[in-house]
Amino acid sequence: MQRVFRTNIGALIAMETSGSIYMKGLPVRRPPALNRFLSSTPVSIVIYCLIVGGILYSSFKGAQSMGYNWQWYQIPKYIYRYTDNGFQFGELMFGLWTTITLSFSAFALAVILGLLLALLRLSGLFIGTKVAVCFLEFVRNIPLLVLVYLFYYVLGPVFKYDRYTASILCLAVYHSALISEILRAGINAVAQGQWEAAKSIGMSKAQMYRYIILPQSIRFMLPPMTGEVIHMVKSSAIVSVIAVAELTTLGQNIISDTYMAFEIWFTIAAIYMVVIMILSIGASQVERRYTVTN
Amino acid sequence: MNYYVHTYEFEGYIIMSHTGPIINFESVDKFYGNFHALKDITISVNPGERMVICGPSGSGKSTLIRCINGLENHNSGKLTVDGVEVFEGSKDIIRLRQEIGMVFQQFNLFPHLTVLENLTIGPIKVRKISKPEAEIMARKYLERVHIPEQAEKYPAELSGGQQQRVAIARSLCMESKILLFDEPTSALDPEMINEVLDVMVELADTGMTMVCVTHEMGFARKVADTMVFMDEGKIIEVAPPEKFFSKPDSDRCREFLEQILEH
Repeated sequence: MQRVFRTNIGALIAMETSGSIYMKGLPVRRPPALNRFLSSTPVSIVIYCLIVGGILYSSFKGAQSMGYNWQWYQIPKYIYRYTDNGFQFGELMFGLWTTITLSFSAFALAVILGLLLALLRLSGLFIGTKVAVCFLEFVRNIPLLVLVYLFYYVLGPVFKYDRYTASILCLAVYHSALISEILRAGINAVAQGQWEAAKSIGMSKAQMYRYIILPQSIRFMLPPMTGEVIHMVKSSAIVSVIAVAELTTLGQNIISDTYMAFEIWFTIAAIYMVVIMILSIGASQVERRYTVTN
Repeated sequence: MNYYVHTYEFEGYIIMSHTGPIINFESVDKFYGNFHALKDITISVNPGERMVICGPSGSGKSTLIRCINGLENHNSGKLTVDGVEVFEGSKDIIRLRQEIGMVFQQFNLFPHLTVLENLTIGPIKVRKISKPEAEIMARKYLERVHIPEQAEKYPAELSGGQQQRVAIARSLCMESKILLFDEPTSALDPEMINEVLDVMVELADTGMTMVCVTHEMGFARKVADTMVFMDEGKIIEVAPPEKFFSKPDSDRCREFLEQILEH
């Protein structure tokens, strides 16, 4: 009871000093002091710094104890360099460019494949549904790494394509399964009444999808889709096992030349992090734009 | 089949139709799994006729009206609309639906389009009318439902009554021969019901063929040519409104009317 009384006085003073707000009801009881202490911003920052600092310190100590020779000064030349010909990008930047083009072309292909799959599944045709489900089960139940080997070592020689094409095809097929589920969920999220209204003005199935259903389902699809783009960029690192010259592969090559494993892996992790953080910020912007309140 | 001549005035023209019924049910049955939703329905609607269907919930009135434009498919019997047979997988159903407007209980406006786009998308994409022409027509019908000033807004910005009037205008824009109303006022706040009913009464006066599922008995008395009472999937009573409201033949119908007219 005493606590309520105390906070009351504080609130009353606040009311009198601010002057503009007048609240008739009693102020609500505040959460316990320990909760307030633990959830305050400075305490969170301190805890965060302790954890991160601990990890960094112990890895640094570990590296020292195994007598690792740090050569951070070597790293910038793999990102950019100045020569007689002026400014040039380093190997890692070329690798990054390959990673980005690879991911985005695979993503474009995956969206097309995914839309076809989703429409097949929703078509209501017996054979269409079965084909789509078979494909989904096939892709979903094989590890991505095995799929990469399958596309390069088995299908590659059969259909005569190079490793770059193999990596695009493999990533596209793998992600098309995930994307088709996102599209299907988005299409199913549109209210049944919209189909009926579109039907009752005499639209054909294609017109219903194009003008009524797909435009409305976009806002259901966008948040998981942007997540999928990020997932794609990350999983593209796996094609380094078939030596496509993307970021991870080039990193491995540099390490085998220079033995700077720690610095290069830290750098590559940082590059992935920066790219993906930029994508995440873009994604949240897109999400905010397409959030429609009904 | 009874043939007759029917004349009415529409948009200043005298229109004479010389056909049989425009909607004709012959022993139609419909099942949802094991549930017998429509039992041996035989009924016909003539051009220009205004039919009001009422009955307790679950009696099959909505199913009946949704069969007319093929939103539900019947399992046996024969249903012809405007001389075309309706059945599952019919090639003509898309063309036929252009002749049948439908107004839903939940309005079902397209939320991603403005009011004007809601009205013009059918004429432009389905009837292949040019955009300016469709917009002129849309504005004319918005005027008809008394909300010309709302053309640029999105459906979510309108009240329930206004949304339903937009939905009516959307059906009118298809210039269809038949209008179906599936409980158009049931989802509305009480003070908005009348603005929608007024529009419907005005429409009825133009001589449009209307089939309407509703519990608004005042409206029914005013516009109906034929009253139909359904219960448990069967048509119990078909009568002109004077007879229907004063001395219906069946006891079930009398009970129902007493129930809803009490208040």
